[in-house]
Amino acid sequence: MLEAIGVSSIEELFEQVPESVRLGRPLDLEPALSEPELVAHLEELAARNVHVGAELSFLGAGMYDHYVPAIVDAVLQRGEFLTAYTPYQPEMSQGLLQAIFEYQTVICELTGMDVSNASGYDGTTVAADACYVARHVTGRSKVVVAEALNPQVRQVVKTYAPGFGLEVVEVPHRGGATDPDEVRSAAEGSACVIFQQPNFFGVLEDAPALAAAANDAGALPVAHVDPISLGVLEAPGNYGCALAIGEGQGAGNYLSYGGPHYGFLAARREYVRRLPGRIIGETTDLGGQRAFVLTLQTREQHIRREKATSNMTTNQTLLALAGLVHLSWLGPQGLRELGETCLALAEHAKRRLQGAGLQLLFPEQATFKEFAVRAGRSGREAVRQARERGVHPGYALGRDYAGLDDALLVALTEKRTPHDIERLVEALTA
Amino acid sequence: MKLIFEKSQSGRRASSLPKPDVPAGEIPAHLRRAAPPRLPELAEPEVLRHFTELATRTFGIDTGFYPLGSCTMKHNPRVNERVAGLPGFRDLHPHQEEEASQGALELMWRLQEILAEVAGLPAVSLQPAAGSQGELTGLMLMRAYFADRGESHRDTIITADTAHGTNPASVTMAGFNLKKVETDARGNLDLEHLRTLVDANTAGLMLTNPSTLGLFDENIVEVATIFHDAGALLYYDGANLNAVCGISRPGDMGFDIVHYNLHKTFSQPHGGGGPGGGPVAVRGAIEPFLPVPAVVRDGDAFRLDYDRPKTIGKVRGFCGPFGVFVRAYAFIRAYGPGLKEMSETAVLNANYLLARLKDVYELPYDRHCMHEFVLSARGLKREYGVTALDVAKRLMDHNFHPPTIYFPLVVAEALMIEPTETEAKETLDAFVEAMREIAREAAEQPELLKDAPHNRTVRRLDEVKAAKRAVVTYGFEAHPSLDEEQAGSRELEVRQGA
Repeated sequence: MLEAIGVSSIEELFEQVPESVRLGRPLDLEPALSEPELVAHLEELAARNVHVGAELSFLGAGMYDHYVPAIVDAVLQRGEFLTAYTPYQPEMSQGLLQAIFEYQTVICELTGMDVSNASGYDGTTVAADACYVARHVTGRSKVVVAEALNPQVRQVVKTYAPGFGLEVVEVPHRGGATDPDEVRSAAEGSACVIFQQPNFFGVLEDAPALAAAANDAGALPVAHVDPISLGVLEAPGNYGCALAIGEGQGAGNYLSYGGPHYGFLAARREYVRRLPGRIIGETTDLGGQRAFVLTLQTREQHIRREKATSNMTTNQTLLALAGLVHLSWLGPQGLRELGETCLALAEHAKRRLQGAGLQLLFPEQATFKEFAVRAGRSGREAVRQARERGVHPGYALGRDYAGLDDALLVALTEKRTPHDIERLVEALTA
Repeated sequence: MKLIFEKSQSGRRASSLPKPDVPAGEIPAHLRRAAPPRLPELAEPEVLRHFTELATRTFGIDTGFYPLGSCTMKHNPRVNERVAGLPGFRDLHPHQEEEASQGALELMWRLQEILAEVAGLPAVSLQPAAGSQGELTGLMLMRAYFADRGESHRDTIITADTAHGTNPASVTMAGFNLKKVETDARGNLDLEHLRTLVDANTAGLMLTNPSTLGLFDENIVEVATIFHDAGALLYYDGANLNAVCGISRPGDMGFDIVHYNLHKTFSQPHGGGGPGGGPVAVRGAIEPFLPVPAVVRDGDAFRLDYDRPKTIGKVRGFCGPFGVFVRAYAFIRAYGPGLKEMSETAVLNANYLLARLKDVYELPYDRHCMHEFVLSARGLKREYGVTALDVAKRLMDHNFHPPTIYFPLVVAEALMIEPTETEAKETLDAFVEAMREIAREAAEQPELLKDAPHNRTVRRLDEVKAAKRAVVTYGFEAHPSLDEEQAGSRELEVRQGA
């Protein structure tokens, strides 16, 4: 090969690298590991993590231990999906393109929206994307977020906001829920209002009233929703929202210490040319046969460069595909059953904890699969003590909310049982 | 083939779910879903066959050679999938207590140390979700750094005219103004032009090195001096880091901020478009501004540090795409210091292809390349009316994924080819033969190229019609017909790749 190139050594190929910037020594890295040694090393690291199969976990707070069906693993292990890249060449990628088109359809069905992109990074960055859309649609330079919106989502919006020329205003929660009247006045002159349904406390907001309040002020209502809830909870598109966003993890993705997962971003049709990210469209080939292709690319960075709707190239296609497979496995009936099961288990857990003398943080509020309970001591201390009994009782809300130091956010998925709930009660009351 | 929705049969399902013996819960009537979402209704064998058929209509690295320039489509070792799937990683909740996540924290800390060594910069944040988010994070860091120094007037970023589209898009998203520096005749930044652009309002440079032309900027030391003398910073777009691991480090070149693409250099599978990972490394002076939480070591223990008063905040949830970190860490540990040989092989493979193709396709910058190179089909276009797009489509008939085309923008009819270290000489030779045969066909049977591909599941697509219709979901019974007049443009010359 060197002969064909016309050099006598590989080093000659690097003559274009100035001597003064060459490393000139081996990288200071540990020696290479063979495959069995590598697996043993990683197994040793993994063994020092207490995963949800090793203790009884009621942790949620944005990431949920839902069951991932085996068929998801089977599909994601297909090398064609795993090792392809963005389908720039549609003739080589019809299967992938069709899968993303189907994903977009499923997201629109769940959310009641008209259009969806091919996925965003996660449930936090899609909120920043929504702000960017709203900024350009309305020309306004303020965004409103509910305090009951996931704290990490709010943090990411605040990180992005200065670059977008946006100011971020928070509307406090009142007893665990957001007050539509406060939203209405905050939304005056705002580009959008982002609220979460169910909110970070697990509480069911009066979402239609919040959307109406934003619309009254000419701000785009943006609902941050849990895909697993949308078999039982109304779709944002059916109560006046302009955009629907969310964290996809619960649909098809393992916890994986917080990623990689996917965020979804769906909108009413009128905003399709403002959306960031990849979008797949239906067309025909030159023989008139139906086919799918990356479309509306004039929104995108590789065409529009500094005038693009986003800088996004790599997205989360494989994780979104997992979501599509999970939701196809569930079907409409399965998704509704799953929602009813989570809801029923959460209600049962509330009753059992109250029966054992614990108080709910927001006893007046309806919830879905998650709720806040007062631990009678610091939340962190309650977690420590319960974990000694092999139970992780939930997320200590004091981490994010001043004044809620004694509260735990408890999540129920279909993987928990009534017997597990008895162990939770015992761990929190011991 | 049919959409999954078109296969749906009312009442059928694949799922089985627990039915715990507890009373049903209630939802306020006005919040309850009125009509169910129209998800597919199929039994499990039908779901599996559907996705298997879709897989067979998709081309990945596992299928064949995928020289998509600037995307570094290298082999994805399956052991990395195995270790990422260990329950201790896969099923670890991100809110788990630190003392119960020590293995995950240690892995991230170790990866940070490795990446710092590879970049020659001391401080790393793993948080950004992809290269483009790494870029945006880097620009946010510049903004915060200058604000802290009372230099908020620095509002302009300079990018190369060969830059990926993400660079200018990130500049806009971060709220900076943009200036573009031209490329000189050797493929380096035009220093004279550069000097006219840099002034007191310059915040920094964003540069890919080697560039998207696959050429190392021979004047990089002088470029760095120009910016540093003006009090500005240099940002390294790590898209092409696969060329220089263990050979030259961005920090030693003079860069202050670097992003890596874990899905390119370090083999996180591309997943049909993602996930990726875009960690950033910075000089000590910029470390206080990195995203929170930082992963730090305290003696024998590891913890998350949120106490960073000058932080830009968070750019995504939690610590970043952890599963990507596991795969990248495993990939690197399998090489150790041998990462240098990885880059050398990638550069050797690219130069071999270049040497064997430059007599039949034009080479706009006649130098040795690094890990990739750019050819031009402008000769074929001039002589026979055959375009880079036609060459790309004809490659499909040889079961090769086409290179990136129509990028970088400074080369007409560009074909950007990146073989990576993965490929054996036999594969490279087969690709050379195909490319040479296509050049012959361009002269003798140009219609063969114009009509390519001939053996894929579909022929060329009507992309103008797709954009005009903007049908981006299935409409069920209201789905619009495809029978309208074809818009029929075959020559939509947009960049495809990178």
